[in-house]
Amino acid sequence: MRGVSFSLQAGRCLAIVGGSGSGKSVTSRAIVGLAGRRAHVHARQLTFAGTDLTALDDRSWRRVRGKEIGFVLQDALVALDPLRPVGKEIGEALRLHRAVASSEELERRVVALLELVGVPEAAVKARQLPHQLSGGQRQRAVIAAALALDPRILIADEPTTALDVTVQAQVLGLLEETKLRGKALLLISHDLAVVSRIADEVLVMHEGKVVEHGSADQVFQDPQHTYTRQLLDAVPSARPRGSRRSLLPAARPARPPLRSQEQSPSTFPSVVLSAAHLVKRFKGPDGVLRTAVDGISFELRSGETLGVVGESGSGKSTMARLALALDPPDEGAVLFQGRAWTTLTERDRRARRRAISVIYQDPLSSFDPRWSVGHIISDSLASDVESRDERYERVVELLDLVGLSPALLDRRPLELSGGQRQRVAIARAIAPRPAVIVCDEPVSALDVLIQAQVLDLLTDLKAHLNMSYVFISHDLGVIRQLSDRVMVMRQGRVVETGTRDEIFLNPRTDYTQRLLAAVPSLARGGVANRSFSRV
Amino acid sequence: MRVNSAAHVRIGWLAGRFVSAATVVWLAATFTFLVQCLMPGDRAQIIINMASGNVGEASPAELAAVNAKYGFDQPLVLQYGKYIWGILHGDLGLSYQQHRPVLDIIAEQIGPTIILAVAALIAAWVIAVLTTVLVAGQDNMWSTLLSGIQVFLATVPPYWLATILLVVFAVQLRIVPVIGGNSPIGLVLPTIALALELSGFLGQIVRSEFTRVLEQPFVISARARGMGELGVRFRHVLRHAALPGITLSGWAIGKLLSGAILIEAVFARQGLGGVLVAATSSRDVPVVSGAILISAGLFTVTNMLVDLTYRFVDPRIKMT
Repeated sequence: MRGVSFSLQAGRCLAIVGGSGSGKSVTSRAIVGLAGRRAHVHARQLTFAGTDLTALDDRSWRRVRGKEIGFVLQDALVALDPLRPVGKEIGEALRLHRAVASSEELERRVVALLELVGVPEAAVKARQLPHQLSGGQRQRAVIAAALALDPRILIADEPTTALDVTVQAQVLGLLEETKLRGKALLLISHDLAVVSRIADEVLVMHEGKVVEHGSADQVFQDPQHTYTRQLLDAVPSARPRGSRRSLLPAARPARPPLRSQEQSPSTFPSVVLSAAHLVKRFKGPDGVLRTAVDGISFELRSGETLGVVGESGSGKSTMARLALALDPPDEGAVLFQGRAWTTLTERDRRARRRAISVIYQDPLSSFDPRWSVGHIISDSLASDVESRDERYERVVELLDLVGLSPALLDRRPLELSGGQRQRVAIARAIAPRPAVIVCDEPVSALDVLIQAQVLDLLTDLKAHLNMSYVFISHDLGVIRQLSDRVMVMRQGRVVETGTRDEIFLNPRTDYTQRLLAAVPSLARGGVANRSFSRV
Repeated sequence: MRVNSAAHVRIGWLAGRFVSAATVVWLAATFTFLVQCLMPGDRAQIIINMASGNVGEASPAELAAVNAKYGFDQPLVLQYGKYIWGILHGDLGLSYQQHRPVLDIIAEQIGPTIILAVAALIAAWVIAVLTTVLVAGQDNMWSTLLSGIQVFLATVPPYWLATILLVVFAVQLRIVPVIGGNSPIGLVLPTIALALELSGFLGQIVRSEFTRVLEQPFVISARARGMGELGVRFRHVLRHAALPGITLSGWAIGKLLSGAILIEAVFARQGLGGVLVAATSSRDVPVVSGAILISAGLFTVTNMLVDLTYRFVDPRIKMT
């Protein structure tokens, strides 16, 4: 990043937004002097309340960090030391800056901090390890640690990225409260909807440079730079299906569709995948059986996208594993292409495995890191492609279909960007010409621009290749954009099923209404006429 | 209620570990018994040769007397039963050579060996941790040099290192006595000789994990709270980096016990080494078997300790 300038004021929130790799996080770390060993930071001026920070030695820096500037890192699961109780982490700043006289006082202050950020049973939670807390509680604990010494500046780097909408809404509320108490808040995010809720001033970064800087109203209502407009357009929303969110041209196969047409959907009954009364229980660490999926039934019709939405722990992924017949259900059964599926032995299933694919949230961990892209895709080609040349041709064709250049054939997964990896995962999923793809949070790990491109790609491919999707996401915007029908899940049960419009425009249950209300949206003032919804 | 169930889980875990430890020792006992019975050569003949000091066919009457004395004429099942029964009562049999209980022979000699092995383990950890904490994660000459030294130490045979140390520090520089006996000062060189190889292994493992953990977000969090470099390294990173080293320590104790035997020979120290060398060369099978059994027992005990330590350092691990 280069040439970034801004100032922070008490009681105001400055947001830095941009796609991944835009230099947002590096900027925030440079402010606390932690940009990394290999980073070179040059600042013409970096002052805090009149003190020149560029002139500080290491010892003086330490007095500023934690005490004057609190830092909240993204993904609380790794921002807290997994081996130490949460309370120890929160108390660390107090101890380091000698703010407490005794261990009793330390304990009292830690519990008070946890209560301040709204963690229930604070005294108990303080003694627990990070993994024993829920995602929202962990993120609150990280904020509590940053607030421990009542710093004047709070820097929050993607504080809500890994959270469910309802929890995200609570954490944003907490940050807003902090701002109202007179703290200067620097918020780093790729999510414009999040930013629009609390920012007073917005700085848009692209490839290490500031491309736009202005008040929040100005940036959201009258974006000047094309990059800002791209970011705004990429936010998944209620716009009609079929409208594209990324500026890339539609994926267009160079040849006729891969899926042979004589296998038309009419030869199947129109339902390709159906589940009846699925139940799956797991034994918890305490030996108590927990029902992860509790009597779920659904039908997926040919050419349809069934959106499955719910908070973490609602049983979405367990359901996906049952549909893929990776785990056997304890009760109920899944029929695939009108025939038995989960009740078969794996041996009998194997021949039909290729007709159902999966795309995961984190493609990196689903690839063999030593395999090249070509090898990964070629491995899941239908077995009738035998000659080397033919395989090579098919792999190149698949890469073209997902918008990747054949130059990537020899790359390893680690040498690809997040968006490229997910494209490779999609190419792998469509390679065996499946009838159904189960997508388990396929865009949750991607920033908003890449996310829009991948969603467009999935929409195009479905039409070209005549597939059906089971599309799982915790993001209601994404679900709304892609789904024909939507199934809302909570605690292993189906709360509500209906067409997309029924669920989003006329939700029948309280739970769905609450979920929709928690979604941050860009709707503020004049933004509404950009046809963003007020969900 | 919660506490109660946690306590139950812990007791259950311990009980499970005891059962598996006992199984390991029992299997080792069965193995040594079979070795004693199935070894080529007649055991009575070996005992008579050992006693008389010459090699030759003994008369049937002599053989029968020895067979009767040691119970070799009984059915194998009965012998096996008696052997196991004896072990349960602390009776590992009689040495063919010394005509004394094996347990007494081993008990006299095992103390110095255990002290040497434990001292070496501690020394290896201290060396590995200190060098790692001070140097790891820095892109400089020291870090590269340290890594090179660790690889060197991990590959050099300890007995060779022992000889070099002996020549340099005891013979040339006369800092420590050549033959230190059981005095603490006499323990210094053997401990270092035995520990250096392991410290190389441990250091490599701890260092790579240490470098990885240094880049973790929670470390940046700690720095952002105003924690200094040493605080970060000792309070946060070391605990994580130590975990793979702790796992390795169970294996290391076994390796140190066998390594100690060679080191004892080089330094002419008292210990299990001398007894085992003598017993093996004279085919005094009960002593060798006894040593194997005791080692198996020690190994299972240290591995339980290692598991307990691991659970202490990493509280995420459930007692299952």
